Amino acid sequence: MTVPGPIFTPEVAVTVILILLVPFAVAGISLINAGLGRSRSAAHTMLASLCIFAVAAGVYLVCGFAWQGYIGAPARVIVAAGKEWNWLGRAPFFLRGMDFDGAPISLAACLQIFSVGFAALIPLGGGLERWKLSAACASTALFAGCTYPLFAHWVWGGGWLAQLGVNAGMGHGLVDAGGSGAIQAVGGLTALSIAWILGPRRGKYSLEGMPTAIPGHSAILILSGCFFTLLGWLGLNSAGAILFTGASPTRVLLISINTTLAASTALLTAVCITRFRFGRPDVSISANGWVGGLVASSASCAFVTPFEAIVIGVIAGALVTYSVEWFELHCGVDDPGGAVSVHAMGGIWGLLAVAFFAHFPAPVVNVAAGTLRPDAALDANQWLAQIVGIATLIGFVLPLTYALNLALNRFWPLRVVAEGERQGLDLYELGAGAYPEFVTHTEEFTQLR
Amino acid sequence: MRLAGSLLLLAGWAIVVAAVVLLTPANTRSVFVLAGVTVEVIGLTLLIRSNPLAGREKE
Repeated sequence: MTVPGPIFTPEVAVTVILILLVPFAVAGISLINAGLGRSRSAAHTMLASLCIFAVAAGVYLVCGFAWQGYIGAPARVIVAAGKEWNWLGRAPFFLRGMDFDGAPISLAACLQIFSVGFAALIPLGGGLERWKLSAACASTALFAGCTYPLFAHWVWGGGWLAQLGVNAGMGHGLVDAGGSGAIQAVGGLTALSIAWILGPRRGKYSLEGMPTAIPGHSAILILSGCFFTLLGWLGLNSAGAILFTGASPTRVLLISINTTLAASTALLTAVCITRFRFGRPDVSISANGWVGGLVASSASCAFVTPFEAIVIGVIAGALVTYSVEWFELHCGVDDPGGAVSVHAMGGIWGLLAVAFFAHFPAPVVNVAAGTLRPDAALDANQWLAQIVGIATLIGFVLPLTYALNLALNRFWPLRVVAEGERQGLDLYELGAGAYPEFVTHTEEFTQLR
Repeated sequence: MRLAGSLLLLAGWAIVVAAVVLLTPANTRSVFVLAGVTVEVIGLTLLIRSNPLAGREKE
């Protein structure tokens, strides 16, 4: 009998450690969402976060990874204009046949189990305090089984967006190292769909359409969640860059610095803007700015200098700060967690930032292209690949996720009934509050009983 | 208006995809891609404006 020897190379060990940091981002976003909601729905938000993560992981195991696939794995192709365009993965369901031996495809599967749970969690921020637990789980199943794997295959699985460099001469194809588009923007656009379908919380808008401030219940949860997100994002950006763009593990240092700088400057920008506009810094918008900086840093984290990461962060902070207000005031979108502004707008800006700032030092950057690109001059058309990626998010992913959730809403109403919203989802759906020793309800609730 | 907005989004994306797949000259392709994005922006605007609460503060 032979005992198998160690198979982990140092590169694989580093990648595994980075992947195992990603759940911290999930925990961070959950805490931020819980803090941004009212206390009467806090336990529901945390339980919904766990349930969404669990459903997403399960569904993704069943069929998600099969359809997402990986570079070099079996895929369905369409031949158009004499070129092969890869549009869907064709790996076995249930991860059958995969050896979990540290090969890139097994590492990608592990990373994606966390990533899909993370992406599926984002819409919860847009549906806080009115999204039924069961409906959130059903919607997550559609997300993890359809929307997410499809776009992730196109970007990370060697799909047609990754092939734009080889097939159409557009730079290195769509470059999205840490998931500004594939994770954040897809989740953010789904959050927009959910917020549209659910409608605003009761009392959020006056009869004249003016929004009312409904402050979050715990700044401590929000801000401690921000620290967790940094840790998770360091792993997400680094592991994504190594597995999906072929970055060397030595670039983890640069990626970590860029990620931290983008988040920091985005936070400071949000603090300054709210300080000058409202007279004092706003906690929730500043926290959203921090996460927005992390989101925007993802796509280009391995290919920009620290100074450029600062510029990306400053723009992300300003973008998130103003778009939160724009969506609430001018678009009538009640998004308590800021998911649309932070993840959709920040993610799209992150993809665009690649076009403006990225430098590609290696001959091959987007390994999903499948072919060595020998020439740095190809970078000239990178902007077009990024624009095509953004156009796909807005023109395909948004209608798809909107239609899926609209159809679900017809058979399985997403929104809790009015009485449940008045009681708070903790009592209505779970039967107990998050803070049983505190009085969290006024006579409004006791009169109902 | 909501349906029209969604259809315009899809139409814009179809223009982008057709330009990428069918057109070879870089300039022509870029122009058509940007045209597709413009159609998407119009569709997105329609979709946003179809929300009954959008823009009511101006009335």
